[in-house]
Amino acid sequence: MRLVAAFLAALGRSVLGALASLGRIAIYAGQALSHLARPPFYAREFLTALLQVGWLSLPVVGLTAIFTGGALALQIYAGGQRFSAEAVVPQIVAIGMVRELGPVLVGLMIAARVTSSIAAEIATMKVTEQIDALVTLSTHPMKYLTVPRVLAGFLTVPLLVAVGDIIGVMGGFLVATEQLGFNRATYIKNTVDFLTSQDVISSLIKGAVFGFIATLIGCYHGMRSGRGAQGVGSATKNAVAAASILILAANFLLTSVMFGS
Amino acid sequence: MIELSNVAKAFGPNHVLRGVNLTIASGESMVVIGGSGTGKSVLLKSILGLVTPDSGLITLDGQDVTKSDRDAFLARFGMLFQGGALFDSLRVWENVAFRLMHGALKRPKAEAREIAIEKLRRVGLKPETADLLPAELSGGMQKRVGLARAIAAEPEIIFFDEPTTGLDPIMSGVINDLIREIVVEMGATAMTITHDMSSVRAIADRVAMLHDGVIQWTGPVAEMDSAPDPYLQQFIHGRAQGPIESVR
Repeated sequence: MRLVAAFLAALGRSVLGALASLGRIAIYAGQALSHLARPPFYAREFLTALLQVGWLSLPVVGLTAIFTGGALALQIYAGGQRFSAEAVVPQIVAIGMVRELGPVLVGLMIAARVTSSIAAEIATMKVTEQIDALVTLSTHPMKYLTVPRVLAGFLTVPLLVAVGDIIGVMGGFLVATEQLGFNRATYIKNTVDFLTSQDVISSLIKGAVFGFIATLIGCYHGMRSGRGAQGVGSATKNAVAAASILILAANFLLTSVMFGS
Repeated sequence: MIELSNVAKAFGPNHVLRGVNLTIASGESMVVIGGSGTGKSVLLKSILGLVTPDSGLITLDGQDVTKSDRDAFLARFGMLFQGGALFDSLRVWENVAFRLMHGALKRPKAEAREIAIEKLRRVGLKPETADLLPAELSGGMQKRVGLARAIAAEPEIIFFDEPTTGLDPIMSGVINDLIREIVVEMGATAMTITHDMSSVRAIADRVAMLHDGVIQWTGPVAEMDSAPDPYLQQFIHGRAQGPIESVR
């Protein structure tokens, strides 16, 4: 009985801790949004963030998407054979990539590449007193560090998702036409005919939300970093884990809202 | 004038400041000494609002610093951080001119760069240094750049946090002389925290010793050696034996 009580107490503490963290992140997000609406705006920081979050993430997004699209085509073909439904490969690759795999994989890649980088950079700035220096130079760290990165994530990740969707569908197309014997024109026609504007819009909305989450969590954990190299390491690790989980949770919620009925 | 009255700050069970009372007159160079971990940096950061004291009052020219306009208050300060705290992603001149490129003191880029180069020259660095990144500089050069940044907007009050830590004795002497020259030249109020006695003798008009969360002794630097306080004497002579416990 005592063991059960201890287990429940530990569980309760974990749940309360997680809820408190979520509350702190929500407050931080609110502060970021409120600063977004008020000047000054640091254009140079924003442009640098656009480059870091968007442009420099293109190779990893492209490679992830093309391999996933190709593997998806193979799986659907193999699974479809059991029901003599191999012909649905173009449609399922398109819907799978655009509705789910494109946004989620891009979101997770951004969490791995961008969230970690932001968290490590800001945590190092905190450990080396650069954040304190910003304050003494009359510059609000939220405006200078968080707002440009979060805005860049919100604006560029949907574009990355769009690129990932296209390349993923292309990966499926290449495998299907070169290896599985599909006709090129028919494959493209089936893909285009099957996708709806709602599929594309949902993909972009997911990208915007995931970009916001990935960059916000990187900034949040960087700002809350502990001391020394261990503090920077923990901040980076926690940021990537939290961003990945929140992206997957947000994906479920968004899918439920947009396609649940 | 900066006045601290009964300023206290604890981090969990660790009571770092237990009621600090200290006055720094305008145009005076005050050096706060004390062992490692005695709360010197916390004291300095409390004045700037980087750390919020649990109790007590800090005033600048009679006005409670927590109730003053934050930007106007900070615009009166310059600070040299212990490790330099230069922004890695910005070039040296952009670091120095940071305050001149953002906010109320914003100037055209060319003018800000010109002022930055002039300040770099003032701290003994060549104009070629301006376009380097902080990572390309030695420790002594980073301190000088930090000093140039602290004085770039010609503040009324300058804080120096361990200005000679990590430097060789010759470079320490150079930095100490620079700080003294600049403070006198600008007529600024200066507050330095250090445990380097050569810095104390080079920079200070007055000295305050922080120990066990309170100001143990304060007085003119000229009276420091003859003061009867046993804590002060143990510290300035670096004796292992005395009222200050040392961990062995």
